[in-house]
Amino acid sequence: MAERSEEVKLLGMWASPFSRRVEIALTLKGLPYEFSEQDIANKSPLLLQSNPVHKMIPVLLHNGKPISESLVILEYIDDTWQHNQILPQDPYDKAIARFWARFVDEQIYVTAMKVVGKVGEERDAAVEATRDLLKLMEKELVGKDFLGGESLGFVDIVATLVAFWLMRTEEVVGVKVVPVEMFPEIHRWVKNLLDVDVIKKCIPPEDEHLNYIRARMDSLKLKSV
Amino acid sequence: MVTGDVKLIGSWASVFVMRARIALNLKSIRYEFLQETYGTKSELLLKSNPVHKKIPVLIHDDKPVCESNIIVQYIDEAWSSYGPSILPSQPYDRAIARFWAAYVDDKWFIALRSILTAGGEEEKKAAIAEVEERTDHLEKAFIECSNGKPFFNGDHIGYLDIALGSFLGWWKVVELDANHILLDETKTPSLFKWAERFCNDPDVKPLMPETAKLAEFARKLFPKPQA
Repeated sequence: MAERSEEVKLLGMWASPFSRRVEIALTLKGLPYEFSEQDIANKSPLLLQSNPVHKMIPVLLHNGKPISESLVILEYIDDTWQHNQILPQDPYDKAIARFWARFVDEQIYVTAMKVVGKVGEERDAAVEATRDLLKLMEKELVGKDFLGGESLGFVDIVATLVAFWLMRTEEVVGVKVVPVEMFPEIHRWVKNLLDVDVIKKCIPPEDEHLNYIRARMDSLKLKSV
Repeated sequence: MVTGDVKLIGSWASVFVMRARIALNLKSIRYEFLQETYGTKSELLLKSNPVHKKIPVLIHDDKPVCESNIIVQYIDEAWSSYGPSILPSQPYDRAIARFWAAYVDDKWFIALRSILTAGGEEEKKAAIAEVEERTDHLEKAFIECSNGKPFFNGDHIGYLDIALGSFLGWWKVVELDANHILLDETKTPSLFKWAERFCNDPDVKPLMPETAKLAEFARKLFPKPQA
C-alpha cells in the first residue's frame, strides 16, 4: 500500500531566527519540506489565513493544517516524528529544557532587542542587562558540549538566536555584547555548533545576513530622525 | 503507587499557582503546600527558582520545576499513568492547546492586567476593548477545540482549560474594578457556560478563591492613586 505523502510546508523568512530554528528541526529529522519565503511588509493571503491571530511567521503547514509559534512548532515536530528526538525523554529534563527555551525567547531576546533598538545610555543599560542574562546561560554550558548535553538539543536550537543573531549584531552595532573573556563557554559552544552539518546548512549566510542587519538598523535610525 | 515527595511553593491568590494545584488534583497527587507570605520570598523559593524568584515552584523529590505551564506539563508526564491526560493525545491537538495557552499568557492576560494598572479613563477603555477583542478570539478557540464537548480538552478539563480557567477568580475581580462585564453571556456564550462548568469541577472548586477576598487582595496589589 502506498504511503500517503506527507506535505510539509514552512512559511518563513530567511533572516528570522524563529523561522530558521524550525528549518533546523525539520532538517535534523531528515524531513523534506517546501519553504515559502514570506514578505512581512506585504503579507500573503496564505499567511493571513494560516495564522489569523498573530499574522506572523513561522507557520508550519502539515498536510494543510497550520501550526504557529516557533516553540509550539518545534514540539509538534518532535511529537509527530519521533526519531532523532530534539527534546529529552525524561520528564524532568524536558521541563528544564522548556524552561531554558522560554528564558532565551522571553528574557534574552527581549532584552537583546533593546541593544539594537536603543542608543546611548539606554543601549549601555541594555548591554549590561543582556550580559547578566547570558551569564546564566554561560553557567549552564560548563562541562557540556551543548546546552542539550553531549549533542544538540531543543535549547541549542532555540539559542541559535544568541549564537547567530545576537552575536552577529555585535559587528553592526559596534558593541561587543558577548566578549570572549567574559563568556568563554558561550564562544566554545558557538564553535561546537558550527561543527554540526545541520547548523552550517540552516543558518543564514554570514555576509548576506550582516548586510541585512545593517540595512535594517539604518532604516530604524532613519525612522527615529 | 509511589508518587515521591511533592511540595508546591505558592500562594492562594495566584492564578499560576492554581494551575499547578488543579493539575496535581487531577492526578490525585498528595503534596505539601508551602504558602509564601505576600511581600517576602522564602529561602526555599529563592534557592529553588534563583532565575525568576517567582511562584509557583514544584519540588518533586527535591528537584524544582518552575513556570506554571511547564509544571502542568511535567505533572502530566511524570505521572502519566495516574488519572486523566492533561494534554490532548494527538500531536496536532496538543499544538493547538499549547498555542492558545501561550496566547492566554502573552496576549490576553497582559490586556486583562492593564485594566488594573490603567492610568486614566482613556487607558482603561482601551484596555477593556482589547480584552473584549481577545476574549472573542478565545470564544472561537473554544468552539474549535471543544468540538461540541463541555471543555477545551473535551470531556474533562485539560491543559487549556486550566491555563485560562485559573484566571476566572481574577477575571471577576477585574470586572468589578472596571465596572464592566468582561465575560459576556451574549457576546461569548460558549465561554460563559464553560466558565461555570470549570468552576464547578471538583478538582477546581476547592481552589477558586472567594471574589471578595481576592478583591481585597487586589486593592493591596494594585493600589489606586490618590486623587
